[in-house]
Amino acid sequence: MSLADEAGTTAGPDDTARPDGTAAPDGPTAPDGTAAPDLAVRRALGRRPPAFLFSTWPLRCWLHQLGGVLFGLGVLLALAVLVSVGILLSVAGVGLLVLACVPLLGIPVARLERRRLRLVEPVRLADPHAPVPEDGLRNGLPRRLRHRFAERATWRESGYAALLAIVFTGAGLGVLALLAFSCILVASPVVVWALAPETVMIIPGRAVPGPLSALPFGLVGLAGVALSGYAAGWLTAGQVWTARMLLGPRRDPDHHRVIELTRSRARLADAFEAERRRIERDLHDGAQQQLVALTMTLGLAELELKGSAPEAAALVARGRGEARRALEQLRDLVRGIHPQVLTDHGLAAAVAEVAQRSPIPVEAAIDLPRRLPPLVEATAYFTVTEALANAARHSGASRVGVTGRLVDDRLILMIIDDGRGGADPGAGTGLSGLADRLAILRGRLTVSSPVGGPTQLRVEVPCSA
Amino acid sequence: MLRIVLAEDAVLLRAGLTEILDRSGHRVVAAVGDAQALARAVEEHRPDVVITDVRMPPGFRDEGLRAALDLRARHERLPVLVLSQYVATAYATQLLGGDGRDKGGLGYVLKDRVGEVSEFLETLRRVADGQTVIDPEVVRVLLAQQTAARPLSRLTPREREVLGLMAEGFTNQSIGTRLGVTEASVVKHAGNIFMKLDLDPAEGNRRVLAVLAHLRGGAG
Repeated sequence: MSLADEAGTTAGPDDTARPDGTAAPDGPTAPDGTAAPDLAVRRALGRRPPAFLFSTWPLRCWLHQLGGVLFGLGVLLALAVLVSVGILLSVAGVGLLVLACVPLLGIPVARLERRRLRLVEPVRLADPHAPVPEDGLRNGLPRRLRHRFAERATWRESGYAALLAIVFTGAGLGVLALLAFSCILVASPVVVWALAPETVMIIPGRAVPGPLSALPFGLVGLAGVALSGYAAGWLTAGQVWTARMLLGPRRDPDHHRVIELTRSRARLADAFEAERRRIERDLHDGAQQQLVALTMTLGLAELELKGSAPEAAALVARGRGEARRALEQLRDLVRGIHPQVLTDHGLAAAVAEVAQRSPIPVEAAIDLPRRLPPLVEATAYFTVTEALANAARHSGASRVGVTGRLVDDRLILMIIDDGRGGADPGAGTGLSGLADRLAILRGRLTVSSPVGGPTQLRVEVPCSA
Repeated sequence: MLRIVLAEDAVLLRAGLTEILDRSGHRVVAAVGDAQALARAVEEHRPDVVITDVRMPPGFRDEGLRAALDLRARHERLPVLVLSQYVATAYATQLLGGDGRDKGGLGYVLKDRVGEVSEFLETLRRVADGQTVIDPEVVRVLLAQQTAARPLSRLTPREREVLGLMAEGFTNQSIGTRLGVTEASVVKHAGNIFMKLDLDPAEGNRRVLAVLAHLRGGAG
């Protein structure tokens, strides 16, 4: 996994939509790793009660628990059988081998669990196991078993299997029992009405006189259903969280190094940006001024010589033309390093300037309430220039739209052209370089370019300074 | 002879400009290096025309431009020529953003135009006369835009050309000479331009209005 991947940089046509339609801004693997685990079910639980209870979430959690209970009971049974067979056969010696293999049960359990989790968590958990190293001749079963036993992931998975079989299955049974009992209570008025009064006893020894007097029990049942919905939600959240801790790939030894690397990379990027500005300033104050002064002096000389020595004046004019061309080249260079208009007027004005130089007509609508951090402005600006250059070079587009706005303190930049599409984000260095720059800012770049068009670039960068 | 207040922070350029202006029969009554000094010098000397750089201390952003806008707010008819290191229509629109009526001359040109001394002096004279002069480079950038929503797209290529030259401050006669057509046909083109840009022919400084329509289109 590269650093860019961890920062949530994605560049692929299939990445624009998430399975559940919600956006997970930082992704599950925020590079600083300090944020609370960002689970879909946890977010759903954070909504207001009606929004949670009337969504599909309680149903999904109940289903997940039901599946978990059945699966957990199965695992429990398998464990019991394996252990008892192992103990019974231990006299023969083979039993010890069977017992030793019990931890390996965790591997298939974990594989199924990871798949089952997709019901309640859109972010897929990766397989934590490293492939068995290829070694031509001696690649038999014992070797593979040794490899698996040596992996920490195997032990974490068997721990999870035990937790699932005992704790989660027990808790899940409780939640499901609560649900079942509540459902019966909810149905009690109907049952009383359908059978006959005085035949149904909800509290032992006291028959319910009629459907109406069963209503309070129905209400209690409704409350019970809601309670079991929340209980299932929290239990599922705990389970997803546990699964993420135990079943996913671990980065613990490297994690702190990744954080430090990310930070130092951000510092480097800042330093580069400062350096770009300094170079731009130096060119402006130094070489550019000198060249302008030179054209002025040559202009004066030309004026002086015009009457007396027309040929010398023509030469001086040529020199002045050359100085001007040098000045123009210098200006283009500065624009590529860090355009002055960006420093002076911000992203909207700078994008408007690029739009004016673009050979394809550009509709730019950048609507920002304030100036953004310099690094964000610069990165966004260069993304737009790169996108426009690509559109002009490859797409055959007749117009390009650029929009930018600030949503929840994140800059959302969209660049859409009406060209023929089929752009390969991996092909050019330009876009992947920009994706890297965005990754430093914890932003992401998404490219969608189906054959036939349109090509759409979406940039999302957090702007909290 | 024009009495000029010059604001430019780069010593080299300030000296060069002063020399050019002094040699060509004008008088630089004050040459200053920042925006505050510019305001003071204008109060003190009441010049015929102000020449100022866009980028000046302390922020090196658009201090000169803002100083120029302040000066024009206080002195109704003070002609101001703004020199810019690079083309930025954002600057031009900011400078020409007013209604363009009953004001003194206004110019926005690139610094390296100064090297073409006689043209620069001509530009200065036009600004001092109360005309509006915009750098051909800015005009070129604006004319390159052909988005359908803008009123400029209704103009024919020839009319664009004429409008471009008008924006640079040329008279009908010199536009005719440059394009190799008669003055009468320039007048006809100009009439069409005013019509297409929905400008009332009875209004005063129509050329300036046309230029402004132009720039607003560019800013849009």
